[in-house]
Amino acid sequence: MSDVKKFMFVNRKAPYGTIYALESLEVVLITAAFDQDVSLVFMDDGVFQMKKGQQTKGIEIKNFSPAYRALDGYDVEKLYVDKESMDARGLTEDDLLVDVTVLSRAEMGALMDEQDVILSF
Amino acid sequence: MLHIINRSPLSDIALESCLNTAVGGDVLLIEDAVYAATAGNAFEGKLRAAMGRFKISVLRPDLEARGMADRLIEGATFVDYAGFVELVAANKTCQSWL
Amino acid sequence: MKFGIVVNEGPYQRQASDSAYQFAKAAIEGGHEVWRVFFYHDGVNNASKLTEPPQDDRNIVNRWTKMAEEHKVDLVVCVAAAMRRGIREENLAAGFRISGLGQLVECGTKCDRLITFGD
Repeated sequence: MSDVKKFMFVNRKAPYGTIYALESLEVVLITAAFDQDVSLVFMDDGVFQMKKGQQTKGIEIKNFSPAYRALDGYDVEKLYVDKESMDARGLTEDDLLVDVTVLSRAEMGALMDEQDVILSF
Repeated sequence: MLHIINRSPLSDIALESCLNTAVGGDVLLIEDAVYAATAGNAFEGKLRAAMGRFKISVLRPDLEARGMADRLIEGATFVDYAGFVELVAANKTCQSWL
Repeated sequence: MKFGIVVNEGPYQRQASDSAYQFAKAAIEGGHEVWRVFFYHDGVNNASKLTEPPQDDRNIVNRWTKMAEEHKVDLVVCVAAAMRRGIREENLAAGFRISGLGQLVECGTKCDRLITFGD
């Protein structure tokens, strides 16, 4: 595809309670496969998607968190987490599955402003 | 950028998150978010405080449907669906805070 | 201007599909093009021809079908999301087609604006 746009995916929902996080990840992978410029943002309860140690055996729902580790292989390297959201949920960078860029609210807002397409799920 | 919110700020933090994060621009309140722009609601102060940075529009059919069209706060502007389309067209990008 | 629309919720439970429809209608009336509506998540349920609302209520599914017919709006249902929820060719309403997520990406690359309705 010739026209490359900056796609940002904003994840504000926790995993498992709803399917949004999982299906959002599917869109991210496809968008990357179409050679678009992909950024992923995790804020508000969305930061819980990145929590290490998810064990879903007891609820019999597929644990899709390992897929975040595979994003690298799809050239999805721009992962941004909102610091204020982590702080408000008792999380630190050490709790997260993969390396991310931690941003302040102001930095996040500026980044959103640079995008061509913003999808939130 | 146009920010679109559809949840009441009294039960969901989408609007608050948007106002705290976005650099400014247009905010359009639709569906249950229209309650944010009604006089006397607990979020009114926060919305008023954000009016310097954001232009607040409210989807009139949604506020009418909810019986609250007579309570729109000063500084917020009514739009109909045609106005909604114009807002989307006028901004380079739009973000729905779901 | 060329608009792409994403609908993430099913009919009746949430207002998202109604809002999306009203937006699309206003866009067309305003002289714009609604190039494609992409139905994702529970939004795929908007494509079920088995839907039968009470007579005094709006028919959300038929409304989309009619818009597709009259204004050549491409109604695309995500195949993965549809399979999860039992939306198949057998129960697909007229005007809708089932395809992949690439169609959503294309909506983003080809349209002047992409707007999401969900919850």
